[in-house]
Amino acid sequence: MEISDIFKNKKNRLDKLRRTRRKVDVEETLECKRCHGQFAKSVLKKNFMICPDCNKYFSMSAEDRIRSIADEKTFKEHLKGMYSVNPIDFLDYDKVIEKNKNRSKRDEAVITGVCKINGIKCAIAVMESQFMMGSMGTVVGERISAITEVAGKHNLPLIIFSASGGARMQEGMFSLMQMAKTSTVIEKFKENGGLFLSVYTNPTTGGVSASFAALGNILIAEPDALICFAGPRVIEQTIGEKLPEGFQHSEFLLKSGMLDMIVERQDLKETIHRILVMHNYLP
Amino acid sequence: MKELTTYDRVLIARDKKRPQVSKYIEELFDDFIELKGDRLSGDDESILGGIAMFHGTPVTIIGQRKGKSLEESMRFNFGMCSPEGYRKGMRLMKEAERFHRPIITFIDTPGAYPGKEAEEHGQANAIAESMALMSSLKVPIIAIITGEGNSGGALALSVADKIWMLENSIFAVLSPEGFASILWKDGSLAPKASEVMKITAKELYDFGLIDDVIAEDRNMFKVIDKKLQKEISSLQKLSQNTLIENRYLKFRNIDEKKKALKVIKE
Repeated sequence: MEISDIFKNKKNRLDKLRRTRRKVDVEETLECKRCHGQFAKSVLKKNFMICPDCNKYFSMSAEDRIRSIADEKTFKEHLKGMYSVNPIDFLDYDKVIEKNKNRSKRDEAVITGVCKINGIKCAIAVMESQFMMGSMGTVVGERISAITEVAGKHNLPLIIFSASGGARMQEGMFSLMQMAKTSTVIEKFKENGGLFLSVYTNPTTGGVSASFAALGNILIAEPDALICFAGPRVIEQTIGEKLPEGFQHSEFLLKSGMLDMIVERQDLKETIHRILVMHNYLP
Repeated sequence: MKELTTYDRVLIARDKKRPQVSKYIEELFDDFIELKGDRLSGDDESILGGIAMFHGTPVTIIGQRKGKSLEESMRFNFGMCSPEGYRKGMRLMKEAERFHRPIITFIDTPGAYPGKEAEEHGQANAIAESMALMSSLKVPIIAIITGEGNSGGALALSVADKIWMLENSIFAVLSPEGFASILWKDGSLAPKASEVMKITAKELYDFGLIDDVIAEDRNMFKVIDKKLQKEISSLQKLSQNTLIENRYLKFRNIDEKKKALKVIKE
């Protein structure tokens, strides 16, 4: 063996090491906010984005949510490609939207469509908290209203997964009016005998908690989700004292009579299915 | 005269000397009987409710009020309504429907109360339920923004067949101070925020989000009186189904005039 071979071997070994290392790097890891454990994203995804060690819920993308609820390959998206024209000419709103599109890989803060749940056809809306904190502007209001009308027209149950920081500041009064718009459309749907299941996920606040999300025939929440009108910081400023632990979280709301039930993420599909059957929706 | 800035109007809208709901009742109606309580847990005095006579026709009044003196302001919680207030409103609206009374709401609030008890008692639910109820009531509803119309706290009483705003009132997703502190982390930028937010009666009228602007001059009450008479009588001519269908379409298509949405053709 020549000396150059030794170097060659070492180079090969190093290359191999680098390659494997890169492979590990590709697998994104996320840290649990409660127990600080590090987990590969693929491991979390298989576990419904729940921490395997301490059971803390990570936020779930709209795409993962649909995968966890809808039967495989049954989801058909509605009103794709809809966008807001920046109705109050808010400076750099277009740039903010672009940035959020890239980050969330979604075109807006809600995705709507029809799908099947254990064979039962449903209208579904899932909010995406990674897109401008799931805030409601004109696109969110329109998609929620339109999918509710689809549900009404085709006699489908309506299921909405909420996750939102509230009304979107950047669209001003147009955002606020989406509360009136969605509430009006949901009310008519319910008056005509439609079933609306509202599922609160972390966090659901402000203009969304105070409009369509609160109007479900049945109100379901994931464990430990923040659900409120005014956020904890605003309230602490108003009353000048610290709020007790767990205030405005699912378990607290259940005790206050504001929810029907808290359901673990992995049990949601089955629970929804049982409710649908009891309302005479069949495959 | 110098044109008012939006923030000038914000300050005018908040002026304690401005007419409050009791003044409107005194000027516009012949008799008024106050009705109190939500029949669940309390009576929120930031919302005044009752039945009034309007040119021989009984109408239901629901109005937010901030109070004038410090003592009054404390009693009315500075116009920040609690779930009890919205539930009182809903109770009175259902009564109005039962007795075929048109409903007139007067809006003036810095926002729904962001307090501990308000949250415990379901502030978000109360606001949502109030809007949903109003969207389906079988009687004419007119909402008049008289001062500050901030956030869901104002919108909760504004799902009406017609929304009118006084010339110097504001109607906003939240207070300019709140907007500035959320987006720019600096509440003192409120004057700038108020311009950016587009919250004046004229701007919102041009957007098609409200139906009319009422000039604030000596004839104001007379003008409101005439407009109410005309509007109530034309709304009363509609069948119940048409009334509700029109209200549905109004809110369903609220962003139509501005064409706030577009779809990329695929």
